[in-house]
Amino acid sequence: MLRFVLRRCALVVPSLLGLLVVTFLLIHAVPSDPAVAMAGDAATPEQIERLRQQYGLDRPIWEQFAVYVGRVAQLDLGESAFSHRPVMIDIAQRLPATLELTFCALAISVFLGVPLGVVSALNHNAWPDYVLRIFSVMGIALAAFWVAIMLQLLFSMQLGWLPLRGDLTSTLPRPDRVTGFLTVDCLIAGRWDAFADALRHLALPALTLSLGGLATIVRFTRAGTLDTLQQDFVFYERAMGYRWLRLVWIFVLRNSVTATVTQIGLLFGGLIAGGVVVEAIFDWPGIGSYTVQAILTGDRQVMLAVTLLVGTVYAAVNILVDVVHGLLDPRLMERG
Amino acid sequence: MRAILRKLTRDLPAMLGLGIVLVVLLIAILGPLLAPYPGDAAASHLARRLKPPSADFLFGTDNLGRDIFSRVILGARGALAIALTVVSVAMLIGVPLGLIAGFRGGWLSETIMRVTDVVLAIPQLVLALALAQLMSPSLESAMLALSLTYWPFFTRIVYAETRRLSSSLFVDALRGVGAGSGRIVFLHILPNALSPVIVRATIGLGFTILVAAVLGFLGMGATPPAPDWGLTIAESRTYLPRAWWYATFPGLAILITVMGFNLLGDGLRDLADPRIRRSR
Amino acid sequence: MTPLLSVRGLKVSIRTDEGIAQVLDDVGLELERGRILGVVGESGCGKSTLIRAIMGILPRGARVEKGEIWFEGENLLVFSEDELNRDVRSSRIGFIPQDPLLALNPVFKVGAQLLEVMRWHAPDDGARGAERRKRHVGRLVELLRRMQVPDPETALERYPHQFSGGQRQRLLIAAALACGPRLVIADEPTTALDVTTQHQILLLLRELVGEFGISLLFVTHDFGVVAELCDDLCVIYAGQTVEAGAVLPILDAPAHPYTRALLACHPDRATSFAGIPGSVPSPLTPPTGCRFAPRCGDARAVCSAGQPPQGRSGSGAEVRCVQYA
Repeated sequence: MLRFVLRRCALVVPSLLGLLVVTFLLIHAVPSDPAVAMAGDAATPEQIERLRQQYGLDRPIWEQFAVYVGRVAQLDLGESAFSHRPVMIDIAQRLPATLELTFCALAISVFLGVPLGVVSALNHNAWPDYVLRIFSVMGIALAAFWVAIMLQLLFSMQLGWLPLRGDLTSTLPRPDRVTGFLTVDCLIAGRWDAFADALRHLALPALTLSLGGLATIVRFTRAGTLDTLQQDFVFYERAMGYRWLRLVWIFVLRNSVTATVTQIGLLFGGLIAGGVVVEAIFDWPGIGSYTVQAILTGDRQVMLAVTLLVGTVYAAVNILVDVVHGLLDPRLMERG
Repeated sequence: MRAILRKLTRDLPAMLGLGIVLVVLLIAILGPLLAPYPGDAAASHLARRLKPPSADFLFGTDNLGRDIFSRVILGARGALAIALTVVSVAMLIGVPLGLIAGFRGGWLSETIMRVTDVVLAIPQLVLALALAQLMSPSLESAMLALSLTYWPFFTRIVYAETRRLSSSLFVDALRGVGAGSGRIVFLHILPNALSPVIVRATIGLGFTILVAAVLGFLGMGATPPAPDWGLTIAESRTYLPRAWWYATFPGLAILITVMGFNLLGDGLRDLADPRIRRSR
Repeated sequence: MTPLLSVRGLKVSIRTDEGIAQVLDDVGLELERGRILGVVGESGCGKSTLIRAIMGILPRGARVEKGEIWFEGENLLVFSEDELNRDVRSSRIGFIPQDPLLALNPVFKVGAQLLEVMRWHAPDDGARGAERRKRHVGRLVELLRRMQVPDPETALERYPHQFSGGQRQRLLIAAALACGPRLVIADEPTTALDVTTQHQILLLLRELVGEFGISLLFVTHDFGVVAELCDDLCVIYAGQTVEAGAVLPILDAPAHPYTRALLACHPDRATSFAGIPGSVPSPLTPPTGCRFAPRCGDARAVCSAGQPPQGRSGSGAEVRCVQYA
């Protein structure tokens, strides 16, 4: 098991190195003065000069790369031209909010999507199946930003059921920051009012973000389940008198979700991309809105740092997916 | 060929997708002829701003009094143009790279595939945003950024097919009779690798329209007064909830168009790979 | 003594894309207690459908139009799915499938699968919870040891793909017997194995019948296996029973023309590659007269006119042929 994980990690290292090269090249791809390019449009001459020295931009390119890698290794991702703070600090502060949102969206997609996929397969060619299939097709074609706006229109503006933006009503005092996850911090502080409020703020963004993944998971779970139900061992299990509910939800399910697990890995990429837009629209204080802000203010340091971060997280998630795959289907582990 | 067409026509969702795609194509080509107010691509009529949908203005009017129905129709041209350009460029880069990597092998192949992996390691939107920002926001830079982030999908597919085919018996036979590498690759391997490429291109068209809409929404793509769907939705935000039609219809246009391409792509995929018994 | 299992006049149709297929048309068989009945027929003759009908797992679109399946004095065809699952499967009728690799769930340990069966069907001896599970594990280990599966204690912790073909089949035999059924149905269990292993399994089955006091319904297409293992025989052609009786007399002097032709084709007896001329009639368009008539060397005019009557051969076997009426 451990060997399997280490082997997968080792395979990822070249990609990460490549990622560093790419971001480094992006900085230097611009024909103008790299220091100006890096500092962004809002930078002052002092900042530009400081950058020039920090990055050693008068030195040969190899040294610059080495310096860059060294800084990244020490988690020094430069300074934001907009907030004038180290990017790493900004990221560390905002990351939990994004993780909270992403995790909720993923949970909705998976815990709603898998059962719906199974139900769809069991009702093959009956009306529940048709409805769910139409939904799956629509789900991947939806533009997240449009859905966000539509949901805001309906639930916030028209019906007034859910808040429009932010993660907490501004008039409510925030609980002390312990983990950085607002909902968890509310619980730790025993603030039930804030907790309920935080959940209400979480609802629309998480729902918006989950739709694409939900559609995909329903689709793949349905396909996986239909395939599995045709296999001989299902007939055998019926002949041996397995209880139908247990047969479907335990013994068939583990076989049908292997395709779905692969999708979850790819889905994560979609969650990250979707998160950018959704956070911007709902004013969610996470990395996504940070990214959009950086785009609008031309804050290149931040953009590149986020790119590096996203690439790394994505690689880590893919390794995790492989591990879960191996746990679900022991045959894969032996092939390594 | 006829058997393939017959099989396709039986596939209802795929036919629906084809229908949608053809309609959108038609709208894009005939744009100004179909739109009731073709001048509204640029002109403004403040007297009739923010009117709800009616017989005169099917989708209502926007904040500058322009007919949204016309602008949605005109926007189709831009969306399709971006999609076709991006996917074509991505294919032009990705397919040859995949052929080389799959056929040659060795360090060249390794390098190409590593680069492919790295680009794929970052979600397309984020990378496209980073690139677009570097090049200063405009429609052209958005298209370039999207092309530069999409080509790896084609490379991967073509690489897998080429590797599979280049070690097959018939290629050995071809080599045996003295066929040159170029001939083998272009006349024999490429046609066989074509079907998954076509499937990916179709789905890519839909996907690109979606991502281009996001870029437009963020202001990284088309600029006003272009009737870009994403841009229109961005403009609409200040006028919600009163002018609900302003955001709804462009979004529906995106939804239906992308759905069309996805359904068609799925149908093509089922055609191309009948051995993978896909449960639809 | 009443037979343990008695199928009478079974008629099953299946709705297909091309129309309604008469897969079984008047199939009958009798399995006496403690004996082994071989059901022989070519592929497509309806053997699998027969098994499925007995177990109550017919495919969607299949209908039992006529007939009865008497088991221990009850007609299985009137049981509901729930009743079959609770009272009959595994606990009273065991099942040994054809391909042991495909029959087992690949992602669960073998022990988990076997214990699942025992959990719901093993006879109630009063134990509960962890104690009950321990007893089940014990019984399984015992059974595996009897089946000569190496390392029975650790075997339960392994996955299906970690066993050899023969070992897997032994596992499945153990599974079939685990809950103490009276009747075991075996669906060509040796087809997927090599000849040596096949022989071992057949020997094992013969021993088990005596030891565990079960009756065995053995479906196969191979007469050689029948000769080695079975006490009684039932030959099926195109969805109908054409000859049934004790094995040795039939093999010595086969009565029905189809049985004769089949035996003549068997590698041990055949002198040429001739085979049987013609082909099996399609279940979509069953012929009006005797189904074998188009290919029968002894056919007469009356054979195509109407259904042949049931008669008896010289050896006492029931034969569906006008020659023995």
